[in-house]
Amino acid sequence: MMVILEWLSGLCLLLGGVLCITGGVGLLRMPDFFSRVHASGVTETLAAPLLLSGLLLQMELSLDSVKVIMILILVLATNPTATHAMAKATLHGGQRPLEFANDKDIGGDGLSKP
Amino acid sequence: MLTVAIVAIMVTMFLALIRTFLGPTEYDRMLAANSFGTKTVLLIALGGHALSWHSFLDVALLYALVNFVGTIAVMRFFEYSNASEERDDPGAAA
Repeated sequence: MMVILEWLSGLCLLLGGVLCITGGVGLLRMPDFFSRVHASGVTETLAAPLLLSGLLLQMELSLDSVKVIMILILVLATNPTATHAMAKATLHGGQRPLEFANDKDIGGDGLSKP
Repeated sequence: MLTVAIVAIMVTMFLALIRTFLGPTEYDRMLAANSFGTKTVLLIALGGHALSWHSFLDVALLYALVNFVGTIAVMRFFEYSNASEERDDPGAAA
């Protein structure tokens, strides 16, 4: 049983680490802000629960694991919200996705969807 | 495997830091800073377990809260900064 938990925890940690680096490379290499926010937001939202559940499988059940579950819920709730707020603020601020860079009338106030 | 995950998080933090310095707009910098903050939460949680210093989990919980509130606050501050400048130009012409 312990061996299975150990392997499962290792798998979660490895997958989370790989996703983490993928998000970092996407954040660095993508061409414009909206693709960067996509790369960073999507991978972070999956990498953080994978890493935290990998950590959770290694600890014995106590108050600490409740704290890890609280961090997990908090990250899952706040990370997509922050990503959405950043993309909306950027659209309001006058930036456009690369594909629509020449269309001036797309969402003039940033409210209407392209 | 815990060490591998910690090294991966630190590599990602370094990449996010490069984007923070390079970022053409302030939005890019804020995105990279938010990503850096989330990775810091994960690093504190995993590192606290690796060092068996269990009170680090409280720090990670607090850091997650502060990171979210800070990102939302800075984004509210930036949200209309460029649009108001664009709106000022036609007003000045008319």
